[in-house]
Amino acid sequence: MTALIEIERLTKRFGAFTAVDDVTFSVAKGEVVGFLGPNGAGKSTTMRMLAGFMTPSAGTARICGEDVVDRPVAAKRHLGFLPEGAPTYPEMSVTGFLQFCGRARGFRGSSLEERVAHAMGLTQLEGVRLQPVETLSKGFKRRVGLAAALLHDPPVLVLDEPTDGLDPNQKHEVRSLIRAMAPEKAIVISTHILEEVGAVCTRAVVIARGRVVADTTPAELAARGASMDAVFRALTLPEAA
Amino acid sequence: MGGVVTVFRRELAGYFATPVAYVFIVIFLVLSGALTFTLGNFFTRGQADLSPFFTFVPWLFLFLVPALTMRLWAEERRLGTIELLLTLPIAQWQAVVGKFLAAWAFCCIALALTFPLIMTVNVLGSPDNGVILAGYLGCVMVAGAFLAVGAAISAMTKNQVIAFVLAVAACFFLTAAGSPVVTEFLSKRIPELAEVARAVSVTDRLAGFSRGVISARDFVFFASFIAFFLFANTIAVDQRKAD
Repeated sequence: MTALIEIERLTKRFGAFTAVDDVTFSVAKGEVVGFLGPNGAGKSTTMRMLAGFMTPSAGTARICGEDVVDRPVAAKRHLGFLPEGAPTYPEMSVTGFLQFCGRARGFRGSSLEERVAHAMGLTQLEGVRLQPVETLSKGFKRRVGLAAALLHDPPVLVLDEPTDGLDPNQKHEVRSLIRAMAPEKAIVISTHILEEVGAVCTRAVVIARGRVVADTTPAELAARGASMDAVFRALTLPEAA
Repeated sequence: MGGVVTVFRRELAGYFATPVAYVFIVIFLVLSGALTFTLGNFFTRGQADLSPFFTFVPWLFLFLVPALTMRLWAEERRLGTIELLLTLPIAQWQAVVGKFLAAWAFCCIALALTFPLIMTVNVLGSPDNGVILAGYLGCVMVAGAFLAVGAAISAMTKNQVIAFVLAVAACFFLTAAGSPVVTEFLSKRIPELAEVARAVSVTDRLAGFSRGVISARDFVFFASFIAFFLFANTIAVDQRKAD
């Protein structure tokens, strides 16, 4: 299996503070990696560097072999990225917003229409297609962000807290969607909901204080202690280090 | 180029999807018309031209253009959409140029809507329409220069008020530097600076345009000025995008 995501000694320093410290892992096609960690552990920073939004202080990452630092535009073509909080332009309609994302990815005319319709179908947005994004509920906004990330059917998906703010039914739908897409893609989802890892992920990478503290299967991780919660606490609380 | 066009379209549509466009255009038209006919003595001058209008345009742009540019990047940062925009497969310079061109096109629309003034002078007398056209071209250049400065400032801060105030200050400097008050003061005290002030002044250059003189020097000035600030804008976005 070839690795679609390669993260190599990725480091990000903000002044004297090291947010991400020498993180290395790779994700192959068919894998769904749950990127776990407490708030402030460096999950979002790692994902932002992987998406080419933040410039790493050291190290690099490659998406489908394209270096995110040296060839950012080429790397971004292969990537579907859902930023933290799923930001969208509030005054645009759902269709307008997705069309903008599609155009930015080079789709025009009927193929653009097709892509937008397909992405809206996957995320069940047809009912609100002409509504301005600002009038939508949090769950719908999240799904608009997800639709934008899925629009071009990318081989690599990086989703920062894709189920945050969704109700249990919507969480279930998003997880089914991720499972359905998994065989064809390399997916990284960040979360601090531990049950999610068991539900969708084939692998769990735990990060604490910027460092990878575990990289294993969810089952093995759960087997390390009494419960997933206990294992998570043992790995990520400072006294464990 | 595809990235530039995509960003341009979204931005320009964005102006008209919110009240920004309508407020801006109405205020600009009311003020430019009122100033031309009152302070500008449009009728009592007895001349069929638009030079009173052209004198006031930089002073109106001075605070209206920063109102447009203050949100360009600061708003993207506040909403977090900058993360979305800059993780699409478009280069940063394309996003910068697309946003700038959309704001510039918007200013051109506002200027174009002052067409009743042209009709008025043509009804009242027989003006040289070539001179008027040159004057409008000058206004477009001034708008471009102000927009480039304002957009670069907006890229440096998350706070829209700071972006607005600093952009007004920068535009004021560009506008007032060529006014007799400043140049006379400077030429008496610090003659070296007087030359510099006159060189960066957009009012002097606009005065040239509104007399119908389209000189290559002025074009080079505006083009290099805009290019420099777009370059600074790209650097600022790259350095400060994640802050």
